[in-house]
Amino acid sequence: MKKSQKIFVQFGICFFVISLVGLLINNLTINLTRTGLGFNFNWLFKPASFALAEHPLPYSSSDNYAWALFIGWLNSLKVIVSSLMLATVLGTLIGFARTGKNALLSLLSAGYITIIRQTPLLLQLMFWYFIGFLGFKDNTFIHIKNIIKISNQGIELSGLTLSSEFSALLFGLGIFTSAYIAEVIRGGILSVPKGQWEAFRSLGLSEKKGLLSIIIPQALPAILPGLTSQYLNLAKNSTLAIAVGYSDIYAINDTIINQTGRAIECFLILLTSFLLLNLLICNCMEIINKTILNSRKYN
Amino acid sequence: MKPIVIAKNLTKSYTKGLLALDNVSLTVNQGKVLVVMGPSGSGKSTLIRTFNGLETFDKGEVNVLGIKIDPDHNERKIQKIRKRVGMVFQQFNLFPHLSILENITLAPVHVQKRRQIEAEEYGMYLLSQMGIDSHAKKYPSQLSGGEQQRVAIARALALKPELLLFDEPTSALDPERINEVLDAMRRLAKQGMTMIVVTHEIGFAKEVSDQVLFMDSGKVIETTTPDIFFSNAKHERSRKFLNQLDKY
Repeated sequence: MKKSQKIFVQFGICFFVISLVGLLINNLTINLTRTGLGFNFNWLFKPASFALAEHPLPYSSSDNYAWALFIGWLNSLKVIVSSLMLATVLGTLIGFARTGKNALLSLLSAGYITIIRQTPLLLQLMFWYFIGFLGFKDNTFIHIKNIIKISNQGIELSGLTLSSEFSALLFGLGIFTSAYIAEVIRGGILSVPKGQWEAFRSLGLSEKKGLLSIIIPQALPAILPGLTSQYLNLAKNSTLAIAVGYSDIYAINDTIINQTGRAIECFLILLTSFLLLNLLICNCMEIINKTILNSRKYN
Repeated sequence: MKPIVIAKNLTKSYTKGLLALDNVSLTVNQGKVLVVMGPSGSGKSTLIRTFNGLETFDKGEVNVLGIKIDPDHNERKIQKIRKRVGMVFQQFNLFPHLSILENITLAPVHVQKRRQIEAEEYGMYLLSQMGIDSHAKKYPSQLSGGEQQRVAIARALALKPELLLFDEPTSALDPERINEVLDAMRRLAKQGMTMIVVTHEIGFAKEVSDQVLFMDSGKVIETTTPDIFFSNAKHERSRKFLNQLDKY
C-alpha cells in the first residue's frame, strides 16, 4: 500500500469512529430532552425514601441517594471480600487435593470442580438461597448453643450475624469461584518440573515440607495472574446479588433507576464503582506479584 | 563383605506387555562402584530409582541398607532409606529459588534436625571439596552446568549417605564440563563411597567401577568386571552396544 493510500484509510477510520460517537451522543441528547430530565447529578442529594435490609453503616429511608449508593458499594465490597477469602481457602485445598497422591481425594475434587464449573452461577445462587437457606426444615439446620446457628435467618457465628441473603451469596460466589481457583492452583503446581519433586523426595523431605519450601514458591508466579482474573470475575459476578435480594450496589442502582429514571447517570456511577473496585483488586494483586518477583534472586 | 543393595527378581511393567524391568537381580557390596550401562529405554534409570523409592515395581524385592521394600511401597520404610541414600540427577534438579548453600543445608536441617550453623559449616566443607565454595551465596542459574552438578553432588552428600545413586550425571553437560564432574565422582569412589552409576562414560567405567551391569529391554544381559566387559564382552548385544558407543 502506498503512503497516500495509508493516510486515506486512516482518515476513513477516524471519520467512521467520530461519526458513530456523534450519532450516539445525538441519540442521547434527543432522548434526554424528550424525557425532560437533562444530564445532572443534583438528584443524588434528595432523600432515597426506600429501606435497606442490610447496611454496615447507619442508614434510614430519609437519607439521600448518594448515601444509599455508598451503602450499596460497601455491601458489595463486604460480600466480595468475604467470598474472595472463602474461594481462596477452598480453592487452594481442592487444588492440592486434586494434584495430590490420594486417589479418592483427587477423584472427589475432580467431581466438585466438574459440577461447579459446568452449572450456571445464577442457578447455584438460587440453590443456596431457596433450597439451602430458606429451605431448612423447621427453620433451623444446625444449632450449637453460643457457637453456631444456621437457619433460614442466615448464619450466627459466636456473635457475628450474617443474613440468609448474604450467606447464600457468600456460599454461591465462594464455592463457584473456588472451583476455578482450584484449577489455577493445579496449573501452577503442574508447571513446576517433575524433577523438583524427585529432588526433594530423594533428600528425605516430607511431602508437606517439600510442598511448602520447594513446590509452592515456584508455583506462585504461575498462579498469581490466573488468581487475579478469578478475583475480578468474582467481583463482577457479585452483581447477581439482585437474584437473591441482597442490596449490593447493582440492586440499589436498579431501584434508583426505577424511582428517578436516571438510567444514564446511574450506569455511569455503577461503571465507576466497579472500575474502582476492580482497580483496587488488580493493584493489590500487582503489589503481591511484584513483591514475590522482587524477592526472587534468580531467573 | 557387607551388601548395601540387594535386588531380587525385580519386575515392573508400564503398559501391558512392555516390561521396564524384567526379573532383575543384583548385589552391590559396601565400598563398591557399580556402573549400569545400556541403550536408552533399557530400564537403567528405572532400576536405580527403585532403590530410593522414586519408582515402584510390581514383583520382587529390594533390600537397601538392610531395609526391605516390596511392591507395597511402604512410605515409612522408603523415607528411612531416603535419609541414608543420596541421589544425583541428569538435570541436576537444584532448587532454583534457594541459594547454593541453602540447597545443601535444607535436608540436614529439616530431615536430620541439625543446627543451621552446623549444617552450613559442613555444607561449606562439601562445597570446598567440590571446588565451588566461592559460589555459596549464588543461585543455581548463575552457575555453569558442571558447577550445578557438583552442587547437586554436595547436596546429596550433605546427609552423609551410605550409598550414592547417579542417574546419567554427565549426559546434560557440555563435553568440556564432563570431566570436572567425573573427577569429583572419582574422588568419592577413592574415599570408599558405595556408588551405583548409570552412565555412558566408558573411561570412567573402566577406571573406577568394580562391576559393570549391562541392560537391554529391562533385562540384565550381563554383569561382569569392566576389564572383561570392555575387552571381551560375552554377549552379542553388549558388543553391538559398545561398537555403537565407540563411533562417537
